[in-house]
Amino acid sequence: MRAVRDWIAGHPVVAFLVVFAVFPFLVPYKALATQVLIYGLFALGFNLLYGYTGLLSFGHAAYWGLGAYGTGIALAKLKVGSLWLALGAGLGLAVLGGAAVGFFCLRRRGIYFAMLTLAFAQLLYFVGFHLADWTGGDDGLRGITRPPLSLPGLTLSIDTSLAFYYFAFALVALAVAGLKRILDSPFGAVLQAIRENSDRAASCGYDIRRVKLLSFVFSALFAGLAGALDALRLNVVPIESLYWSSSGQVVIMTLLGGAGTFFGPFVGAATFLVLEDRLSVFTESWPLVIGAIFMVFVLFLPKGIWGTLLARLDGAPR
Amino acid sequence: MDRRSFLVTGTAVAAGLAFPAVLRAQSKDPIRIGCPLPLTGPFGALAADMQRGAQLAVDELNAKGGILGRKVEVLFRDDQLKPAVGAQRTQELIENEKCLFIVGGLAAHVQMAINEQTKKSKILFVSTSQSDEISAKPDTSPLTFHEALNPTITSRVVGSWIADNLGKRWWIIYADYAWGKQNNAVLQDVLKKKGGTLLGSTPYPLGSAEFSAHLPKITAAKPEVLVTVTPGADNVAFLKQVGSFGMRKEMKIAQPLHWLPQAKEGGPELYQDIYAGINYYWELGDTVPQAKRYNDAFLKKHGQPAGDYSCYSYSGIMEVARGCELAKSTDSMAVADALRKNPVYDHYKGKQWWRACDNKSFQDMWIVKGRGPGKTRGEWGLLEVVSKVPANEEMDRTCAEKGHA
Amino acid sequence: MADLTLATLAAQVFTGLVLGMILVLLAIGLSLIFGLMTVVNFAHGSLYMLGAYLGFFLIGYTKNFWFALVVAPLLVGVFGLLMERFLVRPLYGRSIDDPLLLTFGLSLVLVEAVRLIWGKIGLTLDPPRQLAGAVNLGFTAFPLYRLFVIGVTIAVLVALWLFLEKTNIGLIIRAGSRDALMVRALGFDLGRVWLLVFGIGTALAGLAGILAGPMRGVYAEMGVTIVIESFVVVVVGGMGSLVGAIVAGIFIGEVVSLTTLFAPKFAEIMVFVVMALVLLVRPSGLFGEAGLME
Repeated sequence: MRAVRDWIAGHPVVAFLVVFAVFPFLVPYKALATQVLIYGLFALGFNLLYGYTGLLSFGHAAYWGLGAYGTGIALAKLKVGSLWLALGAGLGLAVLGGAAVGFFCLRRRGIYFAMLTLAFAQLLYFVGFHLADWTGGDDGLRGITRPPLSLPGLTLSIDTSLAFYYFAFALVALAVAGLKRILDSPFGAVLQAIRENSDRAASCGYDIRRVKLLSFVFSALFAGLAGALDALRLNVVPIESLYWSSSGQVVIMTLLGGAGTFFGPFVGAATFLVLEDRLSVFTESWPLVIGAIFMVFVLFLPKGIWGTLLARLDGAPR
Repeated sequence: MDRRSFLVTGTAVAAGLAFPAVLRAQSKDPIRIGCPLPLTGPFGALAADMQRGAQLAVDELNAKGGILGRKVEVLFRDDQLKPAVGAQRTQELIENEKCLFIVGGLAAHVQMAINEQTKKSKILFVSTSQSDEISAKPDTSPLTFHEALNPTITSRVVGSWIADNLGKRWWIIYADYAWGKQNNAVLQDVLKKKGGTLLGSTPYPLGSAEFSAHLPKITAAKPEVLVTVTPGADNVAFLKQVGSFGMRKEMKIAQPLHWLPQAKEGGPELYQDIYAGINYYWELGDTVPQAKRYNDAFLKKHGQPAGDYSCYSYSGIMEVARGCELAKSTDSMAVADALRKNPVYDHYKGKQWWRACDNKSFQDMWIVKGRGPGKTRGEWGLLEVVSKVPANEEMDRTCAEKGHA
Repeated sequence: MADLTLATLAAQVFTGLVLGMILVLLAIGLSLIFGLMTVVNFAHGSLYMLGAYLGFFLIGYTKNFWFALVVAPLLVGVFGLLMERFLVRPLYGRSIDDPLLLTFGLSLVLVEAVRLIWGKIGLTLDPPRQLAGAVNLGFTAFPLYRLFVIGVTIAVLVALWLFLEKTNIGLIIRAGSRDALMVRALGFDLGRVWLLVFGIGTALAGLAGILAGPMRGVYAEMGVTIVIESFVVVVVGGMGSLVGAIVAGIFIGEVVSLTTLFAPKFAEIMVFVVMALVLLVRPSGLFGEAGLME
């Protein structure tokens, strides 16, 4: 076990590739696998900011929603025919939003920071709700098509469940590799120094504000990519994408899996979504069961599912 | 090639390619119908009513030997009143449970999300709650059928009745979301045509239980009729607060719809003399034989009278069955064509029909009012039927207005 | 608006005051619990809901509103004590996110349990006969029950103020919310103080619930959005500041009420606009101390 753990820690990207290459065949149906993958990416983005930089955002719905609407509007309203252009629109909006909101919110710390991010996300929800000509308002944005995937010398349809899964898998794998690069870089080391003690990091001469803002923007980028993929997955963007409940959901998934661990977000997303999916088939009172499970997890798995597993394997709390 | 003929040929090709599936369809596998409903969340009580209607339909179908000799199963899923969840559950029903048809949904935005999935999978969808868009372009499709009433029909009927019978100086308060906004727009339009005066119209956020801040200015405006577009739990809270501010003596109150579960929650005093439209009410059984048959069967199975929304899911499933028998097939496109060719049906309250251009169901509706304490007919006899409004295609937007050339 | 009179405006201010009172009761509990224990009690809205349902149950059982008004909040307070002792206490010393996840789970459980026990459909709760109907305030007819809600809230706030300012345990609570480490170093058993504060905070949520029931109806989801609004009030007032919670609660109630009068579409978002503006100008809310809870 110990050897496996060390190998995973050493090769997280390969581990991700192996697990998620076969994942659609491990869950009851393919669309569920895609959902886990995309929400896992959303949680991964949140985790970069919270788990690695120590900044609790309660407004990540904003970047998820911007990614989804950016891509959705490009396809449904602007009739952009290129998949890459549409994804780019979503990512661009999410990054711009992240930079703007981050700029203001990072002036505050702790709970005040969290509540400011919430306020900006709710403002965006309000704007989305009333800009119905562009966003579809509360009926959601409909009419999103999935253009074929065009690569140099090759055009593939991503219409089937399985084809779309592997398309999303490729992009999420890129994001996972990107995150690994970020964490291994000197920049990543500064992030974790800020999480441990931001004053000390500042006194070491780092430009804390700039580092935090960059982390915020990267986090928004990942969340935006997840949102953009979700718009393609469901062919609709519900206005709830921007609502605080979406922010809450990603917080819960990350905590469930283990904040500050590399795979925690994916473990959390998978646990949350598979439990919800299967439990709600058997009982209408599934929230009661799932709520009780969360409580048991918190009480007995203090570092989240993945975090606790790692700590157990290490034989010492870390 | 326009979108529709594209879809038609597309489906025909898909049906051809799926030949093994056609073979399978002749086997004795049960026919599965997926039914996403907001079983948890604020519309849970209405969803439970719809679930009971669907269960009754399945029982009756199986008692008569099922559809095309195959047993019928309906699979319920909780869409949590969230479009993303509704879409996900629909994908699960189609992909994992191999449902051949989808009947269900409550609330416009979830309908839209379900509809995008059924369009993608080329599966027939019978939408069972109010929405104007679902039967209009670009959202609708040849496989999208709309069984419920919609805001245009409801508010044209109810609005005209209010203006003719209760007064022409109105204040409208409406929930700020699709159903509320559409009703508000149609009501204003009706009032203008009737030569009435709109004193004001205010939106409030859906799901808000607090209306007091709206009430002083409504009181000050002294409308003859306060028209309230407040669905679900909001309805009870709103009426209570209007009462507590002493406004019930000053003005009449009317709303597009009554929901029996909501009226039961609020009680006879709260709903006394409040006028509204309704698609079905069990006391119609006194005069309409089919309404009596439906309610008797419902009462026998579930021990309580049928609510208004139970009819939509009941009738929706019955229509899927009728379409399959007519088409002698479970292929969605064949079923849809069969229903368009034989549009008239009658499952629970008299004649209804599908309009060919938009797959919209046309049906009778009624104006009802709350009876008040001491006058109720048993526990559930809270409403009194005031008048009948026969089905009429002119009450909806025309095919052209809805984008159907 | 041609028909805007001073009377309408005065009526609007009164309705805003009632909105504010419910928020204040919730925010004080949240603020005490967060201020002292850094526990984000996401289940606070569910306890508000529980207060309303227990009130409904007790009134149905005893036919006595006044009895229920006292006992329902106490029962919620007892629930809060058990919650602190068995669920929250094991998490002290862990990061802020553990209690958040736990109370989120608890709120799911409570909402669903209530639906199982009392059914999916909402319930109606009537004010007692003595408080039914509207009174003429000279400028407008105003529900007597709403005036009563204002009165009860003020009485409870005064009692709470006396408790915190004039008793020894109140002093420890205030000191503990400023600097827990120092209080513990002085030899006080903060564990029992925390238990007590949790009980008081949750009981206030229960009180808000039973007070709101006759106005807004009783339904399982009633606590879902109000917990976010209450948190906004806490932050606008400043973490750990009771005066801040009161001022911010009333202020936000009035802002919502007056926005509803002039621009109803914006009423919902104003809560967040106010918070963003306050936080951008004052880093720790209106009455918060710099450096606290950051």
